[in-house]
Amino acid sequence: MRLFTKASGNLKQALCASTVGLATAFALASCSGPGAETRIAAPAAKAGKVTAEPEGEASPRRLRLMTQEQYLNTLAYVFGPDIKPETHFAPVQRTDGLLANGTAKAGVTDSQLELYQKTAALVAGMVVKPERRDFLIMCKPADEKAADKACAGKFLSDIGRLLYRQPMKPAKVAELVEQASASADKLKDFYAGLAVAIEAMLVSPNVLYIAETSEPDPKRPGHQRLDAYSLASRLSFFLWNAAPDDAMLKAAETGEILTDKGKAKIVNMMLASPRLETGMRAFFDDMFAFDDFNNLAKDPMVYPSFTGVTTGDAREQTLRTVIDQLITKNRDYRDLYTSRETFMSPSLAALYRLPSTRTWTPYEFPADSPRAGLLTQISFLAVHSHPGRSSPTLRGKALREVLLCQPVPRPPANVDFSIVNNPNSSYKTQRDRVVAHRSNPVCAGCHKITDPMGLALENFDGAGRYRDNEKGNPIDASGSLDGKDFKDAVGLGQALHDHPALTSCLVKRVYAYGTGGPAKSDETLKWVNTRFAEQGYRLPDLLRTITLSQAFADVSDDAPAQAPVKSASADAPAANTSK
Amino acid sequence: MINGLNRRRVLRGMLNGSAVTVGLPLLNVFLNGNGTALADGRAMPVRFGTWFWGLGMTKSIFVPKKVGANWEITEEMESLKGVQKHINVLTNFTAFRDTYENLCHYTGWIIGRTGIAPSNQTDKPGETLDVTVANQIGRTTRFKTLTATATGDVRSTFSYENANSPNAPEFSPMAFYTRLFGPDFQDPNAKTFTPNPNIMVRKSALSGVMDEVKELNAKLGADDKARLDQYFTGLRHLERQFEQQLTKPEPIASCVAPKALKEDPKLGGEAAQIAERHRLMTDLMVMAVACDQTRVFNMSYSNSSSNTTKAGYEKPHHTCTHEERVDDALGYQPTASWFTRRSMESWAYFVDAFTKVKEGDGTLLDNVLIYANSDHGYARVHSLDGMAMFTAGRAGGKIKTGLHIDGAGTAGTRLGLTCMRTMGLDLPSWGTKSNNTSKDVSEILV
Repeated sequence: MRLFTKASGNLKQALCASTVGLATAFALASCSGPGAETRIAAPAAKAGKVTAEPEGEASPRRLRLMTQEQYLNTLAYVFGPDIKPETHFAPVQRTDGLLANGTAKAGVTDSQLELYQKTAALVAGMVVKPERRDFLIMCKPADEKAADKACAGKFLSDIGRLLYRQPMKPAKVAELVEQASASADKLKDFYAGLAVAIEAMLVSPNVLYIAETSEPDPKRPGHQRLDAYSLASRLSFFLWNAAPDDAMLKAAETGEILTDKGKAKIVNMMLASPRLETGMRAFFDDMFAFDDFNNLAKDPMVYPSFTGVTTGDAREQTLRTVIDQLITKNRDYRDLYTSRETFMSPSLAALYRLPSTRTWTPYEFPADSPRAGLLTQISFLAVHSHPGRSSPTLRGKALREVLLCQPVPRPPANVDFSIVNNPNSSYKTQRDRVVAHRSNPVCAGCHKITDPMGLALENFDGAGRYRDNEKGNPIDASGSLDGKDFKDAVGLGQALHDHPALTSCLVKRVYAYGTGGPAKSDETLKWVNTRFAEQGYRLPDLLRTITLSQAFADVSDDAPAQAPVKSASADAPAANTSK
Repeated sequence: MINGLNRRRVLRGMLNGSAVTVGLPLLNVFLNGNGTALADGRAMPVRFGTWFWGLGMTKSIFVPKKVGANWEITEEMESLKGVQKHINVLTNFTAFRDTYENLCHYTGWIIGRTGIAPSNQTDKPGETLDVTVANQIGRTTRFKTLTATATGDVRSTFSYENANSPNAPEFSPMAFYTRLFGPDFQDPNAKTFTPNPNIMVRKSALSGVMDEVKELNAKLGADDKARLDQYFTGLRHLERQFEQQLTKPEPIASCVAPKALKEDPKLGGEAAQIAERHRLMTDLMVMAVACDQTRVFNMSYSNSSSNTTKAGYEKPHHTCTHEERVDDALGYQPTASWFTRRSMESWAYFVDAFTKVKEGDGTLLDNVLIYANSDHGYARVHSLDGMAMFTAGRAGGKIKTGLHIDGAGTAGTRLGLTCMRTMGLDLPSWGTKSNNTSKDVSEILV
């Protein structure tokens, strides 16, 4: 317990703010658990009839590869926020709209394992560094130049429980202690020996893979449910994007997490924790496909003010807005697409043509501003554009696929570009170009499902800057979305706000993200969506509904479900997305 | 490793113990009479590599009229003049999609690398040919394969162990440098060698991890077992890496660790930035091969639907191929061709870089075979016929170079098969359905 007897007040505060595993495990149970800063109130009783959850939905037991962020978040919890190794895990394949779904299929190549080992060595070295060891290792070896099995055993058992997400088997602890001791004797250094055992733990498949296990549900003969530790992990990686904390593991150890009351208590604690922000940032970063930011660059000759800093800030602006609106203020999810409230950074202020700010500052666009909602933020506008120009088609396609879960068919290989290649045509604006393109019936089928809403964003160039003309020609930003007409981007935001697929898409994505893959059938999703509507489309309520559902904990031996593909227009031919 | 030599000891004797800081070519005393094999008769190790560029070429200004040797340099291949004698250009080959649709910018390269037409955009129907070769020849080096990209995007790879296991590329030259020549690099020409005791204990710790894999594996279904098996293989690879670090490496005269990079080039897809990143990555990759850190390597210049940009031009390469008008006077799309020419410049750099390293009485390129392909023939119409490919290097004397081969519309998989057979794989045929072939591109075989 040296960490907390020695830690200064400031350090304690910092650790608490960042939630540190050893902290919660050994001393500061209140840091991330109940009693910490409460952002989301426990649910008040809702009026109205609550329909029963459909029977039969269950997910397979999954073997999910931990993501880089989950790994780093877990390390930060277990060892403290300053354990931040520089590493780049291989990306997984986006599946059914989410990277998270890809983790249930991802393999590990030789190169990846080599990277895991290098990262593990780096972390182990950081943990035993002289300046940290006294805080993180709660015992002192009798002799720093020799093995000390008792001290090593205590430490490895404690961190092992957090890293393996369940109590360590005594035989495994003994094996690790033996390893640490043999290494310490060989290297004549207790801490170097300990580092070898830490490194071995961090390349364990039990740490890097999240392997779910199940047990018969005693209340429902014939049904299988996640066992307590697997349920704790599923909840924790879902809501916090990290391994379960000490409180959750305790609830798993006692079996409390398997009771309705106990699970509700845990879920409410998790929703109230500041760590929910980390978890939901990860979810929206995934759902919005913000990994595209990792390689986003604009042509500096066309957009000189769009820099690497802008790229990072654009991503951050949207995530800050989402967290502020949906968690801090507990607003209706649909309002994200109409709200004028956001945050501004110095580099973004230049692109938005606003007075510079010294740091991140809350900002509200005025009522007559052409900007309202996420669609008019630079993140959406710039990512879904070309390096040197805007793209109504890419923007419309993203709106369909990312926000409405409506895949747009890919362009046909034999697409005819003769219209846009026509040397005698003179397209003054992007609208002229895509309208001409849609005069070809083969192209029109798909372009009509992407372009009318993409064109409504034409008042924003490829970097997301406002413009009222394109090369001197006035821009007509009118458009329509599935029968609803509007005259500009603000109208598009309202049409999206009112679109029924907006909320059902979120439900679909959140459910898959939480359970590791798409739902088997639509029935449970419909039920969740109904509850979501009844509760005013509040994200915390949605998370509570899903995590407390029977479907969330039930498992089956079925093959993983494939998400049904529903195109934006099932009979439409493909869209050329190069526009 | 080029085993059985101890040039360092000899050199020390020759130089009376004074420091030798630069790599020297293999001395003839260690080679056979004509410098093409080691003195004990074993062949020099032959290495295999791949190179990728996106969006094909324009036939009228790319494909030479003359077939065979001494083909004329064409407009789009102008930059290859200096390396013409080291390469073969193969044109007029086909990727057969059979009953599947032509998945734009995907079907073509997948067939070229796996021999199988994909059924959808996420289908990776088999391991790529570099993995097949690496499983044959890559198990003795520090890295089984090395993969890098010039795009700066960690998702740009054309190497897959299976559908869910891409070989993620090195995308940062600095990170690539550190991985290759950072603290874990054992300079084969170092004067002294002291086994690191930390490595010894780390290696022994791996056995406990392997036991955990076995234990976990017993609880899983078939698909997940395969994933754990792959994990186990990776642990074995780590074990071998540790073993190598505990063994004094044989000297390699041509191995000279490059100077550390101070910063990464800026993020961006402009052609000059891509070329610079490609240059840095190539230099590192070539030295990694020269130092026998790997015997299989992959480099990609661009993505398949290349998003390389031209400064001040509003459309990226891919959009340009579709939207740029064919110039009446020129008879081709000038800017699309500008992009192809930039690709070829980097291909020329890549090939030439292997000639800069002396090995035996020739160069490293003599003991290398590189396979290069693209996603389409004519990208403007997403063609899967009229596809162009290259090889570079003589594969230890097994491959002729300087030739233009007209595939006459036959399966492009013939080249993949030829390469794999050249690398020692006993394959009766390769590919499925119409892409299945047992026919080499015999013209390039010695």
